[in-house]
Amino acid sequence: MKANEILKPTFWKVISVIIVTLGLFSTYFRFSRGLGATTNLYDSVPWGLWIGFDFLGVGLAAAGFTIAATVHIFHIHKYEPLVRPAILTAFIGYSLVICLLVVDLGRPENFWHPLIMWNIHSVMFEITWCIICYTTVLTLEFAPVVFEKFKLKAPLKLLKMISIPVVIAGVLFSTLHQSSFGSLYLIVPGRLHPLWYSPLLPVHFFISCIAAGLSMIIFESYQVTRAFTKETGFQHTGLRLDILSGAAFVVLIDLIIGFLLKIFDFINSGKLIYLTIPSTETYLFYLEIVVGTVIPIYLLSYKKYREDKKWLYIISICVISGLILNRLNVSITGLAASSGVNYFPSFDEISITLMLVVLAIFAFRLVAKNFPVFVGENEHEDAVNEKIVNESKQIILSERYE
Amino acid sequence: MLKEKGILFDVTLCIGCGSCYQACKEANKLPQTNNNFLNDHLSDNTFTVIEQYGEMYARKLCMHCNEPACVSVCLVGAIKKSPTGSVLYDAEKCIGCRYCMQACPHKIPRYEWGTTHPRIRKCNLCSDRVKSGKLSACSEACPTEATLFGDLDQLVTVAKKRLREHPEKYYQHIYGLEEVGGSHVLVLSPVPFEQLGYTSKLPKEPMPEFTMRAMEKIPPVVAVGGVFLSGMYWLTKRKNQIAKEEQKTTNGTKEI
Repeated sequence: MKANEILKPTFWKVISVIIVTLGLFSTYFRFSRGLGATTNLYDSVPWGLWIGFDFLGVGLAAAGFTIAATVHIFHIHKYEPLVRPAILTAFIGYSLVICLLVVDLGRPENFWHPLIMWNIHSVMFEITWCIICYTTVLTLEFAPVVFEKFKLKAPLKLLKMISIPVVIAGVLFSTLHQSSFGSLYLIVPGRLHPLWYSPLLPVHFFISCIAAGLSMIIFESYQVTRAFTKETGFQHTGLRLDILSGAAFVVLIDLIIGFLLKIFDFINSGKLIYLTIPSTETYLFYLEIVVGTVIPIYLLSYKKYREDKKWLYIISICVISGLILNRLNVSITGLAASSGVNYFPSFDEISITLMLVVLAIFAFRLVAKNFPVFVGENEHEDAVNEKIVNESKQIILSERYE
Repeated sequence: MLKEKGILFDVTLCIGCGSCYQACKEANKLPQTNNNFLNDHLSDNTFTVIEQYGEMYARKLCMHCNEPACVSVCLVGAIKKSPTGSVLYDAEKCIGCRYCMQACPHKIPRYEWGTTHPRIRKCNLCSDRVKSGKLSACSEACPTEATLFGDLDQLVTVAKKRLREHPEKYYQHIYGLEEVGGSHVLVLSPVPFEQLGYTSKLPKEPMPEFTMRAMEKIPPVVAVGGVFLSGMYWLTKRKNQIAKEEQKTTNGTKEI
């Protein structure tokens, strides 16, 4: 891309630059003035938007392990084209989460302490280690794409040798920390609103992240097809609809399992009464269930919606919104009542979060454009790899001759 | 060897003079935060408060639980239970995740929000004074013995004796004896404890139990999951291979 083309202002470019600039200022203030001056957090609300957002980031990045397991462990090769987008999403999602965690830490200079100071009874300890390990796994899983591009054969061979243990480790780490985000709240039975508190919280978290992670991939595929086909230099777009429909079917099954488990949980622990008490929490709970579970289940159970690109896009937005609502409800709304206070994130909290989201989208675009991430229609991964290798060879050659 | 120490606070004896509040400020070298101590609340510079409820006064401070939630959730082990029973915080280890504040069933830990190098702040049961054989500052300052400091087992005996000898004076419950697995601060009151702002309806079992029930499932999940995934990898691979071979034989083509 030429320089003047990059500098050409478009609406989204201007917005992005503004957001990132504001975010950088907020980041500077956050580290120079401390948490009290820049956030709306205080003693009754020790966790806010940033922690809530970490929940979302990890939940939405869940496709990284589900798709990898489907293709590499269960050998369902139909879904192979989804592997790279899913791993890239997960990698960028986790990087975002780690950045935000460091911003949120009161003593960020001590962020490395969990490496040498252990408390194995802490859920937070387990999550920290799982995130460190899983981010390593994601790096190893995505590295081949980079090595292929630059034709580095020796490390590629090595990675291929260890690929299956790496995938298995990735699935285990993910299962553990996805559910453990729910376990974090097991210790606050008196604080978290009963609509969300349950001994089954870790299971709920695990089930919901699978549906949301897959929906995120459907959403991205649609976005990528729409946005990138207009631009030159990006050919590997259009994902096959039957793959997305297949993924959507898994979303349907997963949502139904999650919904049934929730009903079972409510009946079992006698929480049905809370559904009839009018309060902000109850309304938000209904919103979460209707948008994130009931509507998608209804739509997905019709084949015609499941096999329509536009409807799939809408459904994926529903499921993603459902997860966002759920995680924010657990981490913010559900706790607000017990502390008897209202919390709304400050300008700096919002601007740092937005900045990281913009940077994540930018990183995703950059990688998706320059590396063979979205494998094109009817093309097998290997075939595409070969093609890319040839292409890069050509580029190198042509550059040399120019 | 120091025995486990504790505090017994008796609401019926407290006159709301604020001596404990002042003594705590001095012992911990904390700045003044409010002109009227009765209006003050727990903060990074206030480790104990006296709250007025009509003619009664209730003290709030870290309960120093037997099995503290804060200790169990701290991922770097910055909060520890000492042999004398006090729950102590080490700022050097702390990374500032604030999970302890979220997890505490009594909502005690406070944070230095105003600094760029914040610490968790709370009562430490005058750990340094106790080591040198002294009483906690608050109990030493108390003119009416509403706050008693001593060996925990003796305090429990005293509390039980008071309930038994003056049933008309007391609500028949020792707050802190059984709540969340028991604590090193015990409270006696003439009225039910929720009327004095104490967190009531706490479970009897220690809070870390709630987490342990999920955490103890991790090793089996890893073991079963690992075996299952490896098994599925082998099985599905084999299945695909067989399918391929069958296809080839039915097509009549030979393989190498």
